[in-house]
Amino acid sequence: MQVRRLAAWTALPLAATLGLVACGGGGDSGESDPNATVSIQIAEPQHLIPTNTNESSGNQVLSALFTPLVDYDEQNKPFEVAAESVNSTDNVTWTIKLKDGYTFHNGEKVTADSYINAWNYGAYAPNGQGNSYFFEKIAGYEDLQSEDPDGDGPQKAPEPKATTMSGLKKVDDLTFTVTLAKPYTEFKTVLGYTAFYPLPAAAFSAPGVIKDGFEDAPIGNGPFKMKGTWQHDAKVEVERYDAYPGEKPKVAGAEFRIYQQLTAAYADVLSDNLDVDVTVPTENLSTAATDLGDRFKQSPASSFQFVAFPTFEEEFSKPDVRKAVSMAIDRDEISKSIFKGSQISARSFVSPVVAGYRDDTCGEACEFNPGKAKELYQAAGGPSELKITYNGDGGHKDWVDATCNQLKANLGVECVGVAEPKFSDLLTKVDNKQPVGLIRLGWLMDYPSMENYLGPLYTTNGSSNYYGYSNPEFDRLVQEGTTAATADEAVKKYQQAEDILAAEMPVIPLRFGQNVYAHSTRVKNVEVDLFQVVDMTKIEVVS
Amino acid sequence: MFRYIVRRLLQMVLAFFGTTLIVYALMFAGQGDPIQALAGERPVSEAQRAYLTEKFHLDQTGVGGFFYRYFDYVGNLLRGDLGDSLTGREIGDMLAQAWPVTVKLAIIGLLVAIVVGVTAGVIAGLRRGGIFDNATLALTLLVLGIPTIVLAPLAQYFLGVKLPLFPPTAGSDPSIYALLLPGIVLGSLSLATALRLTRTSVAENLRSDYVRTAKAKGLPVRRIVSVHVLRNSLIPVITFLGVELGNLMSGAIITEGVFNIPGVGFNLFRGIKTEDGPLVVGLVSVLVVVYLVSNLVVDVLYAVLDPRIRYE
Repeated sequence: MQVRRLAAWTALPLAATLGLVACGGGGDSGESDPNATVSIQIAEPQHLIPTNTNESSGNQVLSALFTPLVDYDEQNKPFEVAAESVNSTDNVTWTIKLKDGYTFHNGEKVTADSYINAWNYGAYAPNGQGNSYFFEKIAGYEDLQSEDPDGDGPQKAPEPKATTMSGLKKVDDLTFTVTLAKPYTEFKTVLGYTAFYPLPAAAFSAPGVIKDGFEDAPIGNGPFKMKGTWQHDAKVEVERYDAYPGEKPKVAGAEFRIYQQLTAAYADVLSDNLDVDVTVPTENLSTAATDLGDRFKQSPASSFQFVAFPTFEEEFSKPDVRKAVSMAIDRDEISKSIFKGSQISARSFVSPVVAGYRDDTCGEACEFNPGKAKELYQAAGGPSELKITYNGDGGHKDWVDATCNQLKANLGVECVGVAEPKFSDLLTKVDNKQPVGLIRLGWLMDYPSMENYLGPLYTTNGSSNYYGYSNPEFDRLVQEGTTAATADEAVKKYQQAEDILAAEMPVIPLRFGQNVYAHSTRVKNVEVDLFQVVDMTKIEVVS
Repeated sequence: MFRYIVRRLLQMVLAFFGTTLIVYALMFAGQGDPIQALAGERPVSEAQRAYLTEKFHLDQTGVGGFFYRYFDYVGNLLRGDLGDSLTGREIGDMLAQAWPVTVKLAIIGLLVAIVVGVTAGVIAGLRRGGIFDNATLALTLLVLGIPTIVLAPLAQYFLGVKLPLFPPTAGSDPSIYALLLPGIVLGSLSLATALRLTRTSVAENLRSDYVRTAKAKGLPVRRIVSVHVLRNSLIPVITFLGVELGNLMSGAIITEGVFNIPGVGFNLFRGIKTEDGPLVVGLVSVLVVVYLVSNLVVDVLYAVLDPRIRYE
């Protein structure tokens, strides 16, 4: 123990110095080797069809195989990549012009049809695609859905009215228009998401039917093409696509190696057996800086951790009770002691990674002030017992218990953390309005916009508003934001909406996530973006 | 002997259906919302829910639903179709990929247990009370006391990362060398038990009448040990190792995770975590067969080792 601690103390300044030297020198030394391949840690992807992929491992593979219409710049504003231009005069009809020269890996030209067919496939309800809801803003989406007449079988849902969305129109080979059901200012931002990739004609065995086995070797329009097929539970290999017209990657290929446990990947990156470990496991965070020096990195992520109040319950109906609970939590202490700085304290309702984010919108209610908290709590008549319900399979026990201990000490109430085996069990209880106390929840964004936080989490019918918060004024402001004339005006409306949240505190913001990743000595310029995806065009191999 | 084996095989069929029924019932009873479990913490869209519900007959609930799905499953099974897992892959394919690597791992584990365990056990039994005996007793106590979940990462850290004798992870298509470390970790627990069993039984048999007779006849010690003592001492060890083979197959959950080997153990773990009923039952069915067959082999081996044991 003594020796190890000593080693840590001596290594820290050393690591810091090395880091400074590296920064001062303007990057890493060494030439890059364009003929080498890199290995990157992922988990087994659930799917590799763009309209069905919504977790980071699948996204990582698809981001190598496909090029999106738009990508996001430093300020997380969209810029064109595969698209030449994305324009609209009224925010309803959007004209998308494609850049000439893009081909799929089988040589097929990328045309307007490649997008229209892929999106129609994704939106058609009987295909059961996980990202289907991304298309719901497009006119005609409703006609591709159908309801089960008696709710949950045994009768089958009838076939939807249409198989294609009326809002998608081809103009010429490289131009198409998208008509939305309602004006939506930030539609261009949404286009960067995985669901909006194109598919080649070769993907379909018949119109609207994806060929068997396509998922095992997807054909994309991106900088890399598949090498062989997806070896389930083992790896997915890709190699550089030479006819790619965009920015060429600096490596010849990549092996996305599938790991079942994060600790195994960490052991591999320590011994240079693996080039990029996208997620350093929590148990290794305290030693990672010593183990890896400047190969241990952090970057902003979009995740947002919070606890929510079932606002429909009598005991949590007063905003003052909710504010008092928030003020009794010392966020910085928990971020430091439990998360070792891998998550940072949150005092706003949207993540710092989106345009329009403001510091401390939560104001006084998120400041740690035990004295005032207790006073406020007693004055508002808060319940004498609190509990925080969380899912036991997600590693939340430590911080939930720590939070409870703070509430006990600072509010003088009883508090327990209650674990449900799985997130779905927790949701079932919340759906049935069982008294679960406070609910632990988290959110990862789909596209960088304030709306992607405000809409799903706090509007009355939001897809992840499990705690029943409802405020017509808030709904109206978010709605006005989505239909505002310009992005800047939209942000203003969103910010007004956020101010309502600060006054009512339906949830307590706790922490914003960070990517904590590590890489081997073989590679440089490893960047992990907001979606926990390694930038495949930047990574280089040191020769 | 032949009739005995046929009778045992018929019993196996019954046992097989009995166990799958129980496992299926347990999975069914413990099932919350498999579609949500599959999606993790993301909301599941209505369209996707409807699609999966229909595909896996999840709309059939209650006792009727259980039997509907069970018979659907067994019917397919009899046609040689293990069905699809909830992730949409064919369970037959998943098994075909997961099986070989787990079998290799289990064989390495078993070999380690037999070669090291039985040999050391015999030596310890012959020199009871000596330094070797006491040292192995203390060592096996230590190994038995440390759970795999601690032993595996420790072995990986010290022998894989710090002192790079072995690759820290084995991966999907590993060489025998890469499988050696996880095999040793996996086999260490059976090794310890096998060593202790062998030692006790050798020590006991050394005092028996037939050994004394053999000694009186003037047989060389090597022959007494290898033919007379060992043959009788191995019966409990064989029983243990036979059952252990099944354990090694299924008990690889932790070892396979730590060393990143996509075998049966991992798939089983994932199946349970995502409430993937068809996958769990498929894997368990095959494990049941492994247990049944290894038990049969053990029973037949008794007769070979001890001619006094006869089967009708």
